[in-house]
Amino acid sequence: MFILDADFMRIAFATGAVVGLLAPAVGFFLVQRQMSLIGDGIGHAAFAGVAAGYLFGVSPVGAALVAATLAAVGVEWLRSRHRSAGDQALALIFYTGIAAGVVLVSAAGALNANLFSFLFGSILTVTWSDFALVAVLGAVGLAVIALLYRGLVAVALDEEGARVSGLPIGFLNVALAALAGVTVAVSMRIVGILLIAALMVLPVIAAGRIGTSIRSTMLLAMGIGLLSVAAGLTMSYYANLAPGGAIVLLAAAFAVAAQIGAPLLNKAR
Amino acid sequence: MPLAVELNGVSFAYPGGPDVLSGVDLEIRRGEFVTIAGPNGGGKTTLLRVALGLEEPVNGEARLFGELADRVRDRYRIGYLAQRTRLGIDAPATVSEVVTAGRVARRGLLKPFGRPDRDAIADAISRVGLVEHAATPIQRLSGGQQQRAFIAKALAGEPELLVLDEPTAGVDVDAQEAFGAFLGELHEALGVTILYVSHEFGAVERFVKRVILVRGGIVFDGPPAELPAHWHDPSHVHP
Repeated sequence: MFILDADFMRIAFATGAVVGLLAPAVGFFLVQRQMSLIGDGIGHAAFAGVAAGYLFGVSPVGAALVAATLAAVGVEWLRSRHRSAGDQALALIFYTGIAAGVVLVSAAGALNANLFSFLFGSILTVTWSDFALVAVLGAVGLAVIALLYRGLVAVALDEEGARVSGLPIGFLNVALAALAGVTVAVSMRIVGILLIAALMVLPVIAAGRIGTSIRSTMLLAMGIGLLSVAAGLTMSYYANLAPGGAIVLLAAAFAVAAQIGAPLLNKAR
Repeated sequence: MPLAVELNGVSFAYPGGPDVLSGVDLEIRRGEFVTIAGPNGGGKTTLLRVALGLEEPVNGEARLFGELADRVRDRYRIGYLAQRTRLGIDAPATVSEVVTAGRVARRGLLKPFGRPDRDAIADAISRVGLVEHAATPIQRLSGGQQQRAFIAKALAGEPELLVLDEPTAGVDVDAQEAFGAFLGELHEALGVTILYVSHEFGAVERFVKRVILVRGGIVFDGPPAELPAHWHDPSHVHP
């Protein structure tokens, strides 16, 4: 049977394409701001959201979206008020999220296979309505990045200089945090809450070794993200693997290959 | 015409700490090329941060272009070169991308760039002599060229006040001299107010008409020629 004959694979590829483009685009700015691990922290808050969704009988994805976005903005708020304690702000959100998730899951009696699909990703459980939500949020996320691109680059290059010249640093930082929250929420059905941060970071690491400008590096990262998702889903289909693991292992392979190949590429240039 | 920078009776201390600055009065007119020097830890960077409205003085007030420094509108009128001479970014950034970042505040965050913006960016790159390197990742340039790219970034917003905080830190003496001469030419060509903050100012001594030495307050303010000989090395400044 051809892989695209199955309806669930068509949904998975369509959803995965959005995720593969959005996660590295947002991750690009997180990596430049040395906030690579924020995706992990937000993922744990998203877990609490999923659990709350089960407990209160509302959409787990919608609840995760709210929890992840609030957590991301919360981390940024704590970080901006106590600049030296960014890792502590992250730890607070990280552990509160996972603890709240465990408590809510046990209260809802939802420790089952469906929950694991959120943790590790699944190609079987994504529906067309999931895809519709992912597509809308992904399009909004990419549009916001395009709109704020110059400002985000200016802050990434030189935050102090951007502040002196009057750019709205607080707004840009909160917008980036909110984008990270949205990315985690839309990506968790395919990649899984535990691995989404990797898809935000690894393609960026790979692209950073071979790109020749900020723009080309970001586009390359999005290409690597897309390729990792497409190849990972294909592997997942044929080998019956959890898609999140397959996708992230491929993205990691790209990062390692770029590290090894970059010196040769630079010599050839 | 309002002064570019004005400090009136400014004192500053970090919470729970001793005074870093006390009783500072300072006026910098538009078009001046001034160096603010002093030993490390003497308070010159703090003075700069207060003057730019990044820190609030405990006493006194700071004004920029006649407005309170922390409430000044149109802050894009300030071009700023940060203390560090490297990018805060891992990705390869071309000279053009770096310089473009310096234009965003003047244009406005959400407005698309127009012809005047592209011209200003091209002009800034041309003024620092990096036209041929516009598409080159800045990490591949020499230290001196990188510094010029950052100057072009500060110039892209067509600033009225150019602030350089320790711009020659980690740069060899020859490059410092070349940089000083370049700033002298820039000042003459643009007439922009330049605040050059450094623990030593040998590179620009020939070009500035005014040296301000800072050590907890202003301990000297005048032309370099009137500077007592033992103060030419500001690490030896004594109040």
